[in-house]
Formats: sequence, C-alpha cells, structure tokens
Amino acid sequence: MHTPLAEPRRSIYFDYQVYPAHTASVNAAQVERRPVVIVGAGPIGLTTALDLARYGIPSIVLEAERQVSEGSRAIVFTRRSLEILQQVGVAEQVTAAGLGWRFGNSFYRNQRVFRMEAPHDADDRFPPMTNLQQPCLEQFLVDACQANPLIELRWGNKVTALVQAGDYATLDIDTPVGDYRLEANWVIAADGARSAIRGLLGLQLEGAAYEGRFVIADIKIELDLPTERLAYFDPNWNPGNTVLMHREPGNIWRIDYQLPRDETPEQALSADSLRERINAQLAIVGVQNPQWELDWCSVYSARALTLPKYIHDRVIFTGDAAHLLPIFGVRGANTGFQDCHDLGWKLALTIKGVAGPGLLASYSAERVGAAREIIAEAGKSTRFMTPPTPGHCLVRDAVLSLSLTQEFVRPLYHWRTSRPHDYVDSALNCKGDDNGLYTSGPHQGAPLLNIRLGDDQFLFDCLGASFYLLYFTDANEVPGDIQAQVQALREQGVPLQVLAVTGNRQGAISGADGVIDDHSGHLRSKYGARAGSAYLVRPDQHVCARWQQLGGQALRAAIVTALGNE
Amino acid sequence: MDNKQLTITDLETVYDQLADALDQAAEGKRELFLVKLALLSAQALGDAEQFMTLTRTALLDL
Repeated sequence: MHTPLAEPRRSIYFDYQVYPAHTASVNAAQVERRPVVIVGAGPIGLTTALDLARYGIPSIVLEAERQVSEGSRAIVFTRRSLEILQQVGVAEQVTAAGLGWRFGNSFYRNQRVFRMEAPHDADDRFPPMTNLQQPCLEQFLVDACQANPLIELRWGNKVTALVQAGDYATLDIDTPVGDYRLEANWVIAADGARSAIRGLLGLQLEGAAYEGRFVIADIKIELDLPTERLAYFDPNWNPGNTVLMHREPGNIWRIDYQLPRDETPEQALSADSLRERINAQLAIVGVQNPQWELDWCSVYSARALTLPKYIHDRVIFTGDAAHLLPIFGVRGANTGFQDCHDLGWKLALTIKGVAGPGLLASYSAERVGAAREIIAEAGKSTRFMTPPTPGHCLVRDAVLSLSLTQEFVRPLYHWRTSRPHDYVDSALNCKGDDNGLYTSGPHQGAPLLNIRLGDDQFLFDCLGASFYLLYFTDANEVPGDIQAQVQALREQGVPLQVLAVTGNRQGAISGADGVIDDHSGHLRSKYGARAGSAYLVRPDQHVCARWQQLGGQALRAAIVTALGNE
Repeated sequence: MDNKQLTITDLETVYDQLADALDQAAEGKRELFLVKLALLSAQALGDAEQFMTLTRTALLDL
C-alpha cells in the first residue's frame, strides 16, 4: 500500500497544502482507457497537461505525493520559460511573485573578476531570469490545472507497473487504500530525475557524471544585496572549491557550495558543518555574527545524461525523466519547459489525426538533439566549476590567478546560461522558402522574437495554441490564394491563424484573424520584412518558414512539411 | 609555422629567466606558474593550432 506523507512539509516561506488522495478508482467495475496519462505533477508534467488542454486534449496527471515538491529546487527561470508559461496562463503570477534579474558576478580573492550582463531589450516582456522557488511555481500550475475541466489531478497515486500492448499502455497504480489499473493511449513520463517509468522500462541514460558534489542550502536572512548571481571561486574557507549565491523571494538565499572530495553527504549536511560553512560564506559577503534560519538543504552532484530517444512506443519522456543536466546555467527545468512545449502541440495534433507520421517522431529528434547540445555546452562550465582531473584543476587555477590581471581569460568564467534552442536542422523546417535571403529576424528553427506593441502589449501576447502566419501588408486584404489555402487547411483541422502586420494604419484586413499595427515599421525592421513577406510559426512559437513574397501554394507546402509529412 | 626564431643569445636569456622564475615560485606553486605561463604564451602566440602542436611536442620523451 502506497502511503505518501500526509503531513504538510515544513517551510519558512511556503504553506504546503495536503490534497486528498484519489481513491475512487480502486475497486472500480471497469478499467478506464484515457487518451493521455501524465506521470508526475512537477513543473513539467503540469505544464504538459495545461499545454494539451489548450488543444482540447484531456489528461490525467498522476502524482505519487499528496503535495507539491519539497524545497526550493529549481529557482531560476529563463525568459523563454516565462514565454512558455505565458502560453499556459501562469506567467503573470510567476512574474508578480518572482524576482527578475540580469547580472552575474564571479569573484576570486575578494575581487570581482567577471560580470555577466544578460541583454534586456525594450521589446522583451520578461527579464532574462526570474527567481522563484519551485513549490511556488508548482502551486500556480496546480491551481491552473485544477481550474481546468480537461485536467484531472490524482494525488497520492503511484505507478508500480507499466505494460505496453498495441496502441495503449496499462498502468498499475497504488494508492493509500489499494491499487487500480488504468489504460492510456499515451503515457507521458514527467516523473523527474528518479523517474519510476524510466526504471520500469529498464532504460539507461547515456553520458557523464561529474565528481563534484554540492550542498544546496536555503536560509532566511536579510541581506542588503541585489538579485544577481554571485559565484565565489576558491574562497578562503573552501579552498579549491566553488560557492554560489542566489536571492529568492521572501528574503530566502540559496547558498550552493562544493564539498571537499572525501566528505560524505551525511557529514556535509550535519547541523554543525552547515552552520560553520554558511557563516564563513556570509562573512565573505560582509556579514558578521549572522542570524539566519535554515529552510531546506540537500546534496547535489552534476550529471550530464540523456536517454538516446524520448519516445518508446506509447511512452514519451520529458524533463528530468528524459535527461539530467548540470544546474550551472539553469538548465534543468528550463530545458524541461522547452521539451514539453515542443511535445504538446505535436501530441495534440497526432491525437486529432491532423499530423503526419513524422510529427511526433520529430519531438524526440529535436529534443534529444537539444539535450546533446546542452550537455556539450554544460560540460564546459561544469569542468570549470568542478574540475574533474588534476590537469583540469591546474589549468582552472591558473585561469583564476591570471584573471586578477588578465582580461583575456575572464570570459572563461561565463557559465553559458540556458538559452532557447534553435531547431535549425529540424525536419519540420521548410526546404523551399526564402530563409537564407533574410539578413535579420528570427531564422528557421528559432523562436519568434518578442516585440513591444504597446505599453503593456507584446507580440507573444497575441499567440495561442495554433500555427500563426505573420503576414506583412500595406493592403486591405490578404491575397485570395493565401486566404483560400488557409481556409482549406482549417477545414482539414489544422489550427492556423493569420495575423496581418500592417504598415499603413489599415484598420480591418480582410482574410486576417488579427491585425498588428506596425505603422512605425519597428516589427517590419526587426523581422527584415517588407510588404508581402511572411513568417510561418509553429504552435510552439518556433519559425518553420519565412518568405519575402508569400503565395498560397508555398504556404500549403510549408504546413504539410511542418506537420511531419516528409 | 612562423619562421620567427629566437637567437642563441635570446634562447640563453629565456633559459636563465625560466630557471630563475621557477626558483622564485614557491615550492608547490611551480606547476601553477608554468600553466599560467603557458596560457599567457598561447595568448601571445594567437594560434590555437600551433599551440596544440607545441603541446604535443612538449609531451614527447617526458
């Protein structure tokens, strides 16, 4: 019998709510068959459920626990993650509760040797980074899921077995009062780093595990420091090792520090060891006799691993269940959001029978590719933060020493923050468009660039669960051949919206679903477009085709490709 | 490869300077000193490929 914790977890800043376990299915007369069952109610599982619901696809989310996750865990969310969270309707809450930031600092021997300034364009709605504790984010997502009639959240339900047969999978689920069986046409494994589904299928992650281990500790303390990333290399109290500090909302500070090689996690998490080391680090930021309270602590080790494919018959892996990425560069949850946003529309259109045979497969190709690139990139910063060999240690230490006076080595401190992935080589990209002729604007495979359209109005605010055609025009009507193809595609069930970007203050445009007034020419200039140009954008906001002069047939061909028919 | 070479006199100077500098570096800091010097030299060289060749040469006959 599965017995999840029934008492609320302890936290200084977050009120845990314990939800009743779902037990109504135990001893049910019949086994239910559902189109989608999502395993795991973490940020990625919940976002996937919300994303699918935008296309009208219902889902059940199974969560072994009866409350949201323990400890702050993922605390830094990138601009791209906020853009994705905006699509599922929680970005406003995250922005209001979170702390935006854009600067990072690296220190060696009390000297700031590197400062990163992440660009923030006036055209961006969201800051480069937003800090918020994971349980707070999960709560926003839980509330949104529970308000959505298409999503059923089943707390206290733990998957104990999974068998695949034909076009569905059967799950055995344990609850506090007994077990039951559930069938799903699709199972989405979003059950995190220690994925039970991964284990049940006997799948192995590929890649490297690094030796360096870190204590992650959250403390409540008032510090007069801005919300910026602070990294301390080789501090006097922790020779050879690295310490990171981040401000979280509510006067909570995350302190990450590397353990000496021979220390066990139990030793490192002892109250005395924590107090001594946290006080030593606080002394470095100028706090003597500090008063603080511990909220949560854990030990973390850097890994850079991925499954070689994310779709196994009717089981689809996403987030940490699919890959484990080093935390330096905030690549965990931020990669997961991009995974599930790539998956949502592809699975939805596959279930609706609108997709070609290659659409769902492109999820695995695009996201495994992204994970492998991230692993290569993350490896560089991880090797700098936690040098794996004596040779790496020596060169890293030489760079630290040189960085006090030598400008040229300082970029090596850059930790290569998570960025939106470009699906440059995606099979969904149009082959015969004018992508190569553009000299500006988002290219094929890249996400759209946000554009400020008004005081509190941005291009991404206009987007939803659909393909979008951004059509740049000075006329009062979208050309008839484009309109005819749009109409025909819609009749086939393809979600497609036409947004006319107007240069002449034209009011209504015949054949457009929405109008963006661009009489200033700002959008046109940023996108390198002119009258008659067009961008075709996938439902996950990635560009799949762009033309300098669009015709109806070209639009149809690009959509056919983008639906995985090639 | 660049044909610019040290004269015998320059090479002798480098020889003595390197030895003196190694003696000035504290016991246990000599490796660190040499790696710093290698990085500075690589930057002055401005040629990653040539630096790779030099690295392989230095690894011979240790």
